[in-house]
Amino acid sequence: MKRFMLFVVAALWMLAGCTTVQPTGAPSSAAEQTDQSSATSGEITVYTALEDDQISVYLPAFNERYPDIKVNIVRDSTGIITARLLAEKDNPQADVVWGLAATSLLVADRQGMLEPYAPAGLERIRPEFRDPADPPHWVGIDAWFSAFCVNTVELEARGLPIPTSWADLIKPEYKGLIAMPNPASSGTGFLSVSAILQMMGEEEGWAYLDKLHENMAVYTHSGSKPCRMAGAGEVAIGISFDYRAIKQKASGEPIEPVFPAEGSGWEIEANALVKKDAISPAAKTFLDWAISDEAMRLYANSFPITAAVTDVPIPEGYPENPIAQLIKNDFVTMAMERERILAQWAERYDGKSEPR
Amino acid sequence: MTMRTAEERTLLLPHGRVRPVVTAEEWLRRLLLLLVVGFLLVGVLLPLVPLVARSLSDPEGRFVGPENYVRYFSSPGLVSSFVNSLTIATATTLLAVGLAFGYAWAIARTCMPGKGLFRAIALLPLFAPPLALAIGLVYLFGNKGLVTTGFFGFFERTLGLPLAYNIHLYGINGIILGELLYCFPQAFLILMVAASLADARLYEASMALKASPLRTFWVVTLPGMRYGLISAIFVCFTLAFTDFGVPKVVGGNFNVLATDIYKQVIGQQNFVMGATISILLLAPTGIAFVIDRIAQRRQMAVLTSRSVPLRPRPHRLIDTIALVYCSLIAAAILIVIGAVVYASFVDVWPYRLGLTLRHYDFRHVGGGGWAAYTNSLWMSFYSAFFGVTIVFLGAYIIEKSRTWPPLRHFAYFLSMISVALPGLVIGIAYIFFFNPKSWTIAGFAIPNPFAFLYGTMAILVLANIVHFYTVSFMTATTALKQIDSEFESVSASMRVPFYRTFARITLPLSLPAVAEIAMYLFVNSMVTVSAVIFLYSPQLRLASVAIVHMDEAGDTAAAAAMSVLIIAACLIARLVYTVVVHQLNRRTQAWRLP
Repeated sequence: MKRFMLFVVAALWMLAGCTTVQPTGAPSSAAEQTDQSSATSGEITVYTALEDDQISVYLPAFNERYPDIKVNIVRDSTGIITARLLAEKDNPQADVVWGLAATSLLVADRQGMLEPYAPAGLERIRPEFRDPADPPHWVGIDAWFSAFCVNTVELEARGLPIPTSWADLIKPEYKGLIAMPNPASSGTGFLSVSAILQMMGEEEGWAYLDKLHENMAVYTHSGSKPCRMAGAGEVAIGISFDYRAIKQKASGEPIEPVFPAEGSGWEIEANALVKKDAISPAAKTFLDWAISDEAMRLYANSFPITAAVTDVPIPEGYPENPIAQLIKNDFVTMAMERERILAQWAERYDGKSEPR
Repeated sequence: MTMRTAEERTLLLPHGRVRPVVTAEEWLRRLLLLLVVGFLLVGVLLPLVPLVARSLSDPEGRFVGPENYVRYFSSPGLVSSFVNSLTIATATTLLAVGLAFGYAWAIARTCMPGKGLFRAIALLPLFAPPLALAIGLVYLFGNKGLVTTGFFGFFERTLGLPLAYNIHLYGINGIILGELLYCFPQAFLILMVAASLADARLYEASMALKASPLRTFWVVTLPGMRYGLISAIFVCFTLAFTDFGVPKVVGGNFNVLATDIYKQVIGQQNFVMGATISILLLAPTGIAFVIDRIAQRRQMAVLTSRSVPLRPRPHRLIDTIALVYCSLIAAAILIVIGAVVYASFVDVWPYRLGLTLRHYDFRHVGGGGWAAYTNSLWMSFYSAFFGVTIVFLGAYIIEKSRTWPPLRHFAYFLSMISVALPGLVIGIAYIFFFNPKSWTIAGFAIPNPFAFLYGTMAILVLANIVHFYTVSFMTATTALKQIDSEFESVSASMRVPFYRTFARITLPLSLPAVAEIAMYLFVNSMVTVSAVIFLYSPQLRLASVAIVHMDEAGDTAAAAAMSVLIIAACLIARLVYTVVVHQLNRRTQAWRLP
């Protein structure tokens, strides 16, 4: 925990430097304007990269509390939502971003697309899970991290051991048996690639990815799909993330979640208010709810690390101390380098990528 | 333009002489024609303008000439996609047309049993989205597919035979196989018509001249079907070159143009590159279209009214070969569709093979679930209803009126070109045309009167009607041509207004064609992905798009379940059509019987 705190604090100093020089887009009169909707009614569009089977649990809780707010969900993988958000810069369609990788929100924030907003109950959020600016431009809800979904039946049939580390994955015996998400479309893919580059350094990291590429059967569109493919035996090992590995195991697939020995890449999933001419009060209601105790408890059922402390025990299947599993992660640099890393990645490996 | 020439003509007449009378009825016809032309301009031609313009500009909208194309062709990854698409389309066309030729020939020209059944099975893939066919292939030939594992080792255990075979599905093999399934029924439909149009007199002559069966095939059968063959080749090439669903699911690391467009537009929101690739997608289909039109124009002279229909004679050997051949193909189609249906009920493929309905509960997967399915049903219903109205009126005014010939020819041209527009191109062109609040033309901002359509059900329906316009139009035109034009002249001379003739005679006689068009539009709107994937809004999700999203997230079983629902809706539509046409034929078509 201490290590985690230390680097997060260090990272956030840099982050503060990065975000506070931004023109903070003081709430203009336009932003204060309201459309027809009130705080408890209206229609909002929410962009999210949360998993479909998480949304289907979280959203009904909101609907029950605010039956008069109609929420239109646009759900896709992190890269797609990010691209869409950035493309709509001049004419934003989303009112709220919910559960999108912090590195993506930092990119959007640098383009001045986020409206600072302090949701009710902000004081409960761990400081390392929010933008240090006041009011913050984004507020985190949880952290997720890389995990391998290993199909025990398939490996046993081939007489292969269960890989326990990143180093194991580049062994020749796993050739053609691995799937991982394309980092351009998937947040899970990006955090895994960025973890490798940070742990090993640029040069050694790319050399490792070259070798990993040799073993790769396919790069997928989403972060879940490698795990689903492993669960169906289409591949033996899927590089995916914690929730998906544990969930697929629970659903009866012969999956063993593996948390790599060197540590897992990780990211904060965060919320933000989109800057636009008419900001719906219902959007703020949604953001308030999205960090409420009720919502946090729901997140805690599927994530071991949440932005606010809850009374929910760590879900079964996770390491006892999930935070120790996380690598030292420099979000700010990763957000700054995102475009360059993705371009380099595409140049090297895109031939094997599934359409995203 | 035509209006001016008409005016000029009247002005040239000396005063006091009789001027051509333009009756109220004629104005009504003109209005109808203008409406049809207006619809086709907005639906087909005008949206292509911003598409071309975008492909020649940078992301900020400045004109850059062919720079985007240069960039495309200097990026090796993208060029290989172009070559890959050509390879896929060529291979698929050869296989699909070849196999469909034999299948159609067997049904039209032999006396094998079960023809009706074989016909029905051959058309089955038309009722499934191409994505569903690809999903069926995954369950058969994927790494854990039934064939790859020898029915999960069943053959190995029971027969001791290692009957497992891995075709290495993901990549070119899977795409060609999937496209083959997708294109086969289309080629079959066209070739079936061509094979049925044989002139028995030519075969008699050939026999009298003691030509060998092989020679007869080369000099009589093949030339007689050549226009059908050209059409089938055109259709298959276009479909396989532009299809997006199959490569999306089983493409693996094999990139094609259609998936590149999706990547650029959805994945990177790079609309300029999307427009550029769209134009590249359009080029070969445009060329194929022109060749097909030239060929079809020549055909008119070939058919004569003196032709004697060919009645196949029993021939034990040929009939047996035909039966075996058709059984193999029909079995292949049934197995793929069957695999989708089976997989949608399997609990955890391939480890827990118990059956369950849980994949039909779409609450925990993406795509919109049952609401998306309902939306698709409504969209397809609207497309069928409004589509058949516009198509039939359009075909009627073009075929049966003598109003403004140049404009009618223009309307005919517009009605024909939509077939050359791939769905993805329609989708992207519509974004550029309908999304902006105003268009900038030569520096002036002109408010876009159609912007309100964007993101609504109406734009989805419009895209579908335009996407499937040409085939519907041809069906309507063919039906109208069969009605003697004397009806029109007699009615006119008896001063019966044309709309009464239309309502009393033309429409009732054409009702079977109307039903066919409506069914065709409904089914295709249900299964299509390509145009609507760029146009649906989060409030209005669609079943076929849901399959894409579920497959992307790895929820393959749920994707299979949604496919089954789509297939079911299409089969029901087909059933309703069959019943309706049967009733109609009894009531209105008795005059056709000898």
